[in-house]
Parts: sequence; C-alpha cells; structure tokens
Amino acid sequence: MLTEIANPKIRIEHVSYAYDGEEVLRDVTLDVPANAVTAFFGPAGGGKTTLLRLINRLNDLVEGTHLTGQILLDGQDVYATGTNIARLRRRVGMVFALPLPLPGTVRENVLYGPRLAGERDRSRQEEIVVRSLRQAALWDEVKDRLDGPASALSGGQQQRLCIARSLALEPEVLLLDEPTSGLDPISTAKVEESLLELKQHYTIIIVPHSVQQAARVADHAAFFLMGALIEYQPGKRIFTTPHDKRTEDYVTGRFG
Amino acid sequence: MSKTTPTCWTEFAVEALVRVAGFSAIGFVLLIFLFLLREGVPAFFEIAPGNLFGTRWYPTFDLFGTLPLILGSALITVTAIVIALPLGVATAVFVREVAPGWAREILKPMIEVLAGIPSVVLGFFGMTLIAPLVRQVFGAPTGLTAFTGALILAYMALPTLISVAEDALDAVPRSYRDAALAMGATSWQTIWRVVAPAARSGIVTAVMLGMGRAIGETMAVMMVTGNAARMPVSLDSLFRPVRTMTATIAAEMGEVAAGSTHYHALFGIGIILFVLTFVINLTAASALFQKRRRGGLR
Repeated sequence: MLTEIANPKIRIEHVSYAYDGEEVLRDVTLDVPANAVTAFFGPAGGGKTTLLRLINRLNDLVEGTHLTGQILLDGQDVYATGTNIARLRRRVGMVFALPLPLPGTVRENVLYGPRLAGERDRSRQEEIVVRSLRQAALWDEVKDRLDGPASALSGGQQQRLCIARSLALEPEVLLLDEPTSGLDPISTAKVEESLLELKQHYTIIIVPHSVQQAARVADHAAFFLMGALIEYQPGKRIFTTPHDKRTEDYVTGRFG
Repeated sequence: MSKTTPTCWTEFAVEALVRVAGFSAIGFVLLIFLFLLREGVPAFFEIAPGNLFGTRWYPTFDLFGTLPLILGSALITVTAIVIALPLGVATAVFVREVAPGWAREILKPMIEVLAGIPSVVLGFFGMTLIAPLVRQVFGAPTGLTAFTGALILAYMALPTLISVAEDALDAVPRSYRDAALAMGATSWQTIWRVVAPAARSGIVTAVMLGMGRAIGETMAVMMVTGNAARMPVSLDSLFRPVRTMTATIAAEMGEVAAGSTHYHALFGIGIILFVLTFVINLTAASALFQKRRRGGLR
C-alpha cells in the first residue's frame, strides 16, 4: 500500500482523533500529492470529513476533542504553536456539502474572503471576480447578474459559486466535502469538469458522494472504513484491482 | 386537519376544557379592548381635536393636550433603546459567541432573573441613587429627568433584548460560521460580518420587544421622571422632567370623577398607548414573518 510519496503537499502522520473519548480516526498516515485530485472515500462515519476539517483546523472550536499525530503542509506542522489560523485557512480553502451562499450578491460572495483579508483595490477585486468565476466554470452563466442576489442562482450554480468563493483567496489546497451531494447529474458533471481544470493549479482533496464519482475524478484514492485508512493507491487501480478484501467488497457494491 | 371522534367522555371533557381555555384568552383581550373603547372613545367627541392634540395638559382648566405626554413617552423610550441596543447586542454576542460554556450557564439564568425585579424596586433605586448622580454629573436642576427614566427603562428592556437577540444568534446555522472561518475570517470577523448580519431580523425583533416593554412601563418611570407635562422640544429636554402617557393615567385615575371628560381623556390616552404598542408589536411580528417566508434562516 502506498503511503509515502516524494514532495507531498500534505503529509498526514499517525493521526488519531477522538470526540469525547470516542475514536473517529485511528492512526491514519498518508501523503497527498500536489496538483492532483485525491479522493477520500468509504461508507459514512469513516472519518473522511473529520480528516478534511483537521487539515484546515476547522474543528478547533469543537470542545472535548483529542488529536495526536501530525499534519504537515509543505513540511510545516499546521498545529504548531504560533500558526496563524486565518492565514492557514486562506491557504487551505474548503467547500461544504450544502451550497451555502452568504447573504448578498454574487460579486459580494466571491469577494467575501479577499475583503476579509483586506483587499480594497477595485480593479484587483474585479480581476478576482472574473478569474474565480471562470475557474469554477460559472462565469458564462452569471456574468450578466453579478449584482443579483446569490440566493437566486440554482443549486448547482450556488455550489460552483462556493467553489469560486474559495478560489478567490488563491488557496494552495482545496478541500471539497461531498460538493455534489445536493446536486442533479448535470450540475454534478459541471463541477467535476471544473475539477479537471482546477487541479493544474491546486492540490485538491475531495470526499466524493459515491464510489462512481471517486472513480471518475480521482488521481489518487484512499479508502476509509470506521476511522481507519484501509487502502491507498495512485491512479484508478484501487477501483479495478483493490488489494484489500474490504475495499473490494465496497467498490463492487457488496456493502456501503 | 383530521379530527378524531372522542371515544369516551373524558376525551370530550379534556377537549372542551382546552377549547374553553383557549377561546377565553382571546375573549378577555377582546373584552379589555371593548372596555377601553367604551370609556375612551367619548374623549375624542367631547374634546375638540385642537385641544386633544394640543401642547398643554391641564385637566383642571379643561386643557387636555396629549402631545407633551406622547412626546414624553417617545423621548424616553427612544433614548432607552439607544442606550440598551448596543449594550444588549454586545451582551448577547458575548454570551452566545465568546463566553466559555460554564460562564454561559451562569450568565443566562442571571439575565433572566434581571427581568423579574419589580419595577417599583428599580424606581426606588433610580430615585435614590441614579437621580442624584444625574443631577451632579449633568448639572440638571433636578435629578428627576427624562434621561434618568431612560436609564432605568434601558435597564428594564435589557433582559428581553438580550434573550431574544441571543436566540437569534443561536439560530444562525453552524454552516455559516464554518463557511466564514474556512475563508480565513477571524472569530471577530465571523461574528460581525456573517453571524450578526444573518441574525439581523431577530435582533430587530428583540429591539421591538424591548421597546414595547419600555413604552408600557409605568411605575419606575413615574418615580424618576419628575412628571411635569412640558413639551420636550428644547435641546436640554433630556435633562428636564417629562411626563409619560402611562404615568399620567396612573397618577390621575385615582382622583378623577368616573364619567367626566377628564376620565374619558385618560382612557383616550390608554387607546393611543394601545395603538402604539400594537403597531410596534406588529412591526416585530412582520419582521419575523418575512424572515420565515424568505425561508432563509430558521
């Protein structure tokens, strides 16, 4: 099983994590390569989402948790004391399962992060809006209603807007937590298509909402079961020739 | 809605009891309103409109100008809200977003206890402690001023304001906070730029409810505002005595001859007060309703 690669973007080392004494991740070790799509897949309750939220420290505010092990971003421990958490989260963007436009216009949504980070220059802001929406494959659909309410967009458009909102901060890593779980097949295809484009510039980790999606988009795939990493392989091999019996059962649809 | 047929008499009795209880609540409100109308409406016929909405309230000389009373109530209510709003919202934000769990457990019940302090106690407190302070600090001729009343009212409106605002903050989905944090917002940026705006309509409701409480308050206000029915139109009015609608009714009702013009005028004030409170509550309710209809935040 592959766990170490040369020059990983993110290195997860012996990470265990517990909520109120209940272990949700058990000794997970894996390397995430740069400029590729890595999929964390497996049945619900496997700890995939938790692992994503640990990478950008979104679980910091949850009380009663215990973390051991290390998560390194470009060789730096993200949990080292003195880490600027806001800056870390700008480097590691996240898109959630439900499309969540914030109150306001399309433009305001895209510029939310940059404005928080202190971007005031008008022409820079304009550039960011165009670039982010293009990258999220949404520009053509919304270019005429940038100043309309974001809530008026369709579900699929809202989700791509959320991706654009993350991209506006020019993150290095993009975490996608079941980004298409609430979307129809056509919108799903559009989001997946934009991932192919995005991986040239970003390191992407996706928790797909199905094995099929994992097989479609992943360059590397890791199978999680009940808090443990069962198998991790480059390319699509895990879907065709899994080594572990449990992985095979899952990808062939025998459970899950 | 499907209705089940009562199968035995206890079923029937309970249903009847509940129904009677429910309808009698509506009935009492209607009866109070009718009584208020019966006693108060004659005032609008007996007193010329120019007199009724004039600037002088001297019932002994048949001058029933309610304007100074309405403006007096408005002045201290608005001032009270101006004082209470930033304090209340800040407290709600602190209790909900900043305070650690154990502090929240202590603070919440304490804030609710504040609402239970009898207003006459607050009035006494205002009279003996705050009034002299206002006189010294602001150099007013007397400590019994509109400002003193506003301070006490602000204090009384705070518990309601804090509780409702806090509920509104609590109702903002966690996903909003996650989204803001994931964009690199600090916790303050998350609170002020995402959570508080999302809870805005709830905060407006909180203010309206606080206002409803303030405008109807009688005893504490009567004890600390000096009760001079003068027009609060000059710049220093805030630091001069005023008289409110509620205080006027409370002070004069005991000495008035039943059925006289003065008596009707007092009920007339009651009608004005009722209408004002109703409008405020309606505004609060419609703010809530719009929020629901937009289906945004629940």
